[in-house]
Amino acid sequence: MLVGHQPKEFLLAVEALTVSFDGFKAVNDLSLYVDENEIRVIIGPNGAGKTTVLDLICGKTKATSGSIQFRGKELTRMKENEIVKTGVGRKFQNPSIYDDLTVFENLEISYPRGRSVFGALTFTRDAAVRDRVHEVAEMIFLKDRLNVNADLLSHGQKQWLEIGMLLIQDPDLLMLDEPVAGMSVSERAKTAELLNRIIKNRSVLVIEHDMKFVEDIAHKVTVLHQGQILSEGTMEKVKNDPKVVEVYLGH
Amino acid sequence: MTDNRFFNRSEFIGILVLAVFLVVVLPLTLDVFRLNLVAKYLTYAFVALGLVICWGYGGILSLGQGVFFGLGGYCMAMFLKLEASSVENTKIQSTPGIPDFMDWNQITALPLFWKPFSSLTFTIAAIILVPGIFALIIGTAMFKRRVGGTYFAIITQAVAAILTILIVGQQGYTGGINGMTDLRTLKGWDIRPDHAKIVLYFFEVGLLFACIMIAQFVRHSKLGRILVAMREKEDRVRFSGYSVANFKIFAFCIAAVFAAIGGAMFALNVGFMSPSFVGIVPSIEMVIYTAVGGRLSILGAVYGTLLVNFAKTSLSETFPELWLFGLGGLFIAVVLAFPNGLAGIWGDYVQPRIDRLITSRKPKPDGWTDSSVADGAPAE
Repeated sequence: MLVGHQPKEFLLAVEALTVSFDGFKAVNDLSLYVDENEIRVIIGPNGAGKTTVLDLICGKTKATSGSIQFRGKELTRMKENEIVKTGVGRKFQNPSIYDDLTVFENLEISYPRGRSVFGALTFTRDAAVRDRVHEVAEMIFLKDRLNVNADLLSHGQKQWLEIGMLLIQDPDLLMLDEPVAGMSVSERAKTAELLNRIIKNRSVLVIEHDMKFVEDIAHKVTVLHQGQILSEGTMEKVKNDPKVVEVYLGH
Repeated sequence: MTDNRFFNRSEFIGILVLAVFLVVVLPLTLDVFRLNLVAKYLTYAFVALGLVICWGYGGILSLGQGVFFGLGGYCMAMFLKLEASSVENTKIQSTPGIPDFMDWNQITALPLFWKPFSSLTFTIAAIILVPGIFALIIGTAMFKRRVGGTYFAIITQAVAAILTILIVGQQGYTGGINGMTDLRTLKGWDIRPDHAKIVLYFFEVGLLFACIMIAQFVRHSKLGRILVAMREKEDRVRFSGYSVANFKIFAFCIAAVFAAIGGAMFALNVGFMSPSFVGIVPSIEMVIYTAVGGRLSILGAVYGTLLVNFAKTSLSETFPELWLFGLGGLFIAVVLAFPNGLAGIWGDYVQPRIDRLITSRKPKPDGWTDSSVADGAPAE
């Protein structure tokens, strides 16, 4: 199911990616290409392997075979923190933030400086850090909550905080796993607005179930089913694909 | 916000109070015998301090800190033992000039690894480096492979057991189960009389405050916050571009070095070192001191250690049989009822009242507000 060789440079090129857990192929011979500045949404029924694909790209799960090229660098052989340094950011499904730290400290830890042990010891909270934290906090609607402990935030605010923690890293590829799950209607609208604002100069890979939200943001949609690509294209095209209707959208 | 890179205002007051307590109150109220007991207890406070960073902040429970306490202690004891084993002092032995236990075990020459310990400079370096490098090796082997939690705790226990067996088994080189006894002088200065005990006490308190300052610096650095972050969401830290293993190794190493300094001071203050301070039981006791003091509190570790040890001394004299049950019960009670130990009780009940008293008299100054928890424990 190769999309075909195109002369253009892709930001992310996943080719023939397979991972098998005790013989069960969660992702099976998958190929996927993401352009610069593209918002790609991955949809599919439960167990289709969506989260596993993100896990493979960010290094949380090691591939059994296949390759993941990011800006020409092979990610499958790198450690997680090295993958982050090449410019890949990942948001987890459940808001993964540090409850015991304040919003400011959560964002500060994600600021891409002083990542070695010695660097972290000598890290100083200078004006550049403060300005950047304030800038991102404003973007994620948490400007006036900077000194609040993160466990006091609402679920939606926690999701935004984690998105903010990725933004401050300024990744070239942002991967979001169900960013609006569990959010209220107004929070969803704000999140869509947030995503549309932050995609400038970067690509975004999103897993989402909320079809209304997908329609709002997606440039292109990839439908996964049983670890393989079932359909790919614009939302319009995917929606009218009889195979997709049968396994996913139909019920 | 912090006032500087070491402490904020309320922590400064806490450190000051502890300093007055250790430097003025105790020496003025206790006789030399009791003061020397405090010195012995405080050697464990170094271990507890390391555990606050490693276990409290980093979430890495080590049940083998006795290993590092022992390594530091044995390094110091080897130096002191060599000095005590001059040819003149040991002329009744069949081989004069070597430690007595070697002579009893039919060893006729000083083993090679003992020789550098005749230099004090080498010994001081070894006290820091031997446990530090050992912790680095264990930490690298474990954390790079993502061994953590209970598994790591069990492995540290195993290391403690192995080292004890090794020391006891290699009697000729280590003094065996008796340890190294009859330590007398440090560079010709007798460490046994009362005035030496007092000098050593103050020296130890000075070292303890140096370590407290290092711990405070680590806590207030970004590294301290990363340790807390790691304890909660290891994956998030990893996917923010940090090598989680390296930070764990650092926390483990610093805890090991603190423990070793404590061990070395133990050998000086108490005048001997034996495998009974290396094994599993003392290692777990040291964790209990930290838990009682409050595992998130740097100063709490010192108070916890002193309190449990005073209780141990007075109770074990009266009820020698029951003491160990008491200690176990105390640990369970603290974990169940007061997971943040004494510092937690202080922060939850005492400090708010003091704050209210102060604020009712004068307006709050800036920078005072974020420190409602005592002894530098992060607000929970």
